Amino acid sequence: MRTSTTLGVAAALTLTVSAFAATADTIKIAFIDPLSGPFAGTGVNGLHQYEFAAEELVNKQGGVLDGDMFEIVAFDNKISPKESLIQLQVAIDQGIRYIAQGNSSGVASALTEAINKHNRRNPDDRVLFLNYSAVDPALTNDKCNFWHFRFDANADIKMDALTDVIAADDEIKKVYIIGQDYSFGKAVSSAAVRFIGEKRPDIEIVGNELHPIGKVKDFTPYSRKIVAAEADAIITGNWGADMLGLGKSVLENGYEGPIFTYYAAADGITAAFGATGEGALRLVAEGQINPPANDRAAAYYEAFKAKYPDGNISQARITNVIEMLARAINEAGSATDVVPVAYALAGMEHESMWGGSVMMREQDHQLIQDVHIHAHTGNDVTFDYDNSGFGIKVEETVTMAAMDSPTTCEMDRP
Amino acid sequence: MDLILVNLIDGLVTGLLLFMLSAGLTLIFSMMGVLNFAHASFYMLGAYFAFQISLALGFWMGLLIAPLIVGVLGAGVERYGLRRVHQYGHVPELIFTFGLALLIEELVQFIWGKNQMPYAAPDILQFTAFSIAGNSIPAYKIFMIFISVAIFIGLLWVLTRTRVGMIIQAALTYPKTVEALGHNVPLIFMGVFGVGTALAGVAGVIAGPVLGTFPGMAFVLGSIVFVTIVIGGLGSLWGALVASLLIGWITTFSKAYNLRMEDLLTTLGFTKPEAIADSPWRDLWSITSPQIADILPYILMVLILIFRPYGLFGKRDA
Repeated sequence: MRTSTTLGVAAALTLTVSAFAATADTIKIAFIDPLSGPFAGTGVNGLHQYEFAAEELVNKQGGVLDGDMFEIVAFDNKISPKESLIQLQVAIDQGIRYIAQGNSSGVASALTEAINKHNRRNPDDRVLFLNYSAVDPALTNDKCNFWHFRFDANADIKMDALTDVIAADDEIKKVYIIGQDYSFGKAVSSAAVRFIGEKRPDIEIVGNELHPIGKVKDFTPYSRKIVAAEADAIITGNWGADMLGLGKSVLENGYEGPIFTYYAAADGITAAFGATGEGALRLVAEGQINPPANDRAAAYYEAFKAKYPDGNISQARITNVIEMLARAINEAGSATDVVPVAYALAGMEHESMWGGSVMMREQDHQLIQDVHIHAHTGNDVTFDYDNSGFGIKVEETVTMAAMDSPTTCEMDRP
Repeated sequence: MDLILVNLIDGLVTGLLLFMLSAGLTLIFSMMGVLNFAHASFYMLGAYFAFQISLALGFWMGLLIAPLIVGVLGAGVERYGLRRVHQYGHVPELIFTFGLALLIEELVQFIWGKNQMPYAAPDILQFTAFSIAGNSIPAYKIFMIFISVAIFIGLLWVLTRTRVGMIIQAALTYPKTVEALGHNVPLIFMGVFGVGTALAGVAGVIAGPVLGTFPGMAFVLGSIVFVTIVIGGLGSLWGALVASLLIGWITTFSKAYNLRMEDLLTTLGFTKPEAIADSPWRDLWSITSPQIADILPYILMVLILIFRPYGLFGKRDA
């Protein structure tokens, strides 16, 4: 069953690709993310945002260079690093020069290494890696390379912004940190401890805990501990079912403070929290959805909803990826040689559709941008998530967050 | 002290839920001598059916109707599936139930998709029953306790105090004699299988809103149910109850208190190696109880199998 689906998808993809190969003037971007399995929802929603951005922001504006069009080609990696490398090879064999991926830092690490190796060995068909979501700080530090560009703020930058808000709140005296037991959960926890220690040494960290990822049936015992520790705030990097389970459980069991999160929105989570999350959930992310930053952003969101009524713009940065790539290709004057495109991207400053300007930092290819603290609320949200009447609204903004933050990145430039 | 009481209640809820699943499984085992791998799948079906019914008719009708449908389905599986396979021996029966579990999971994904279903507790039960030192106990949990206790008492009464129960008990041990006395033993078997799966269905209906209704829910609980009946003793209702409560409390308490392996080892007289970062024992020293809470029941099972292979209350020699 599964094999036949894969074969079918592969056949369909081959057909699409060969059909487009004939028209020649398309610039293809491979979208390698989970399109089946438990994370399919997130992957498909991301794909829609890419397709829509390419269509609206590039193709309808007349394309790049001499009218070349962007085309998003989807590859299903089932969120497995191994499968991603196979799909990367398929994409490269089809002549695709731009790889977009975001879900899971594990996959991103595998891809960035493979792409670095490939580009060194095959100087004639190099590719660029547009990482739009994987936030492990290592990707722009120890593991950085010239071909990798990260458009999301990394976990450290987000934690920096989050702890700014916590530090400014004198009510918060005790913080509980809880996360999933793997690299990202550990990165969040150590960043939280470090930043809180620097900014508010008086805050007591009353709990710092990791739980098995995706295996906890019932979060009640954890909630009891959090309530018993009299925590004034919770910090968690949880996502998916673990975010929903933890959040609902602590709120049900008598916790009343704020829950500071990375990923507690969209993909069914906002709808499931509904009124219970009001006043409790805080979310750190780039991209201001509510209130809309300007008319253009509002019009863009409305057009997206008209095309995908069940979808959400949950990853606003995707428009930055597409717009900045288009500009870089225009500046470089060619899409086939990615070296000048990469040089054009590095250091590029750009006006984001969602407000504020962004800058691709040259030393480590980390996009420096405004980071917002959003609140989950049902009050005047122009664009809700999951059609639930609830959405996220900007409460505070850190402009050009972590612009001067140090990096250990030492990249070889061609 | 207050927290101990709260954790006792939480553990009781987890344990009783587990009991509703293991009660049916252990009854079916003592009857047919075969482990029903699809048992947790009936639990999942209960949750999904109840969710679907609750959309149209509300939660309470779901609680009433969904277990009935699951029970009828279970009886049908026994009548038209297991009974035919039975003549070929135990291994084909095992394989049959295993296949059924996979089939049900795929079917559920096919019909309802892979996302969590927004199946929620009824509004009337969405309040805090009482709180102990700031820890609120939701009314729904109290409701879960009542339902499961009522089911246990009802089951015990039917099995030990009624004529039907006596015939069932007799049929479990001496099926040929009971048949010779003029009772329809295959019908009794079908009935017990139906009731066992219906119990799993009830568990699904009331667990769905708290533990989540998603295609992986059978898999998450499946293995722990087997552990429960092995610890309690295969075929023993009391054993299932005691083992369920034991597992509920063990996992809840080890998650709620951060017991560290370091403290335990130091108490036992070991000294922590100086260079802990390079020591091969590093992982052992850094273990905390919440990390291993979910494997403790399995360790308990291994110990039981070594020292008392027929389980806490089991009668049959393994």
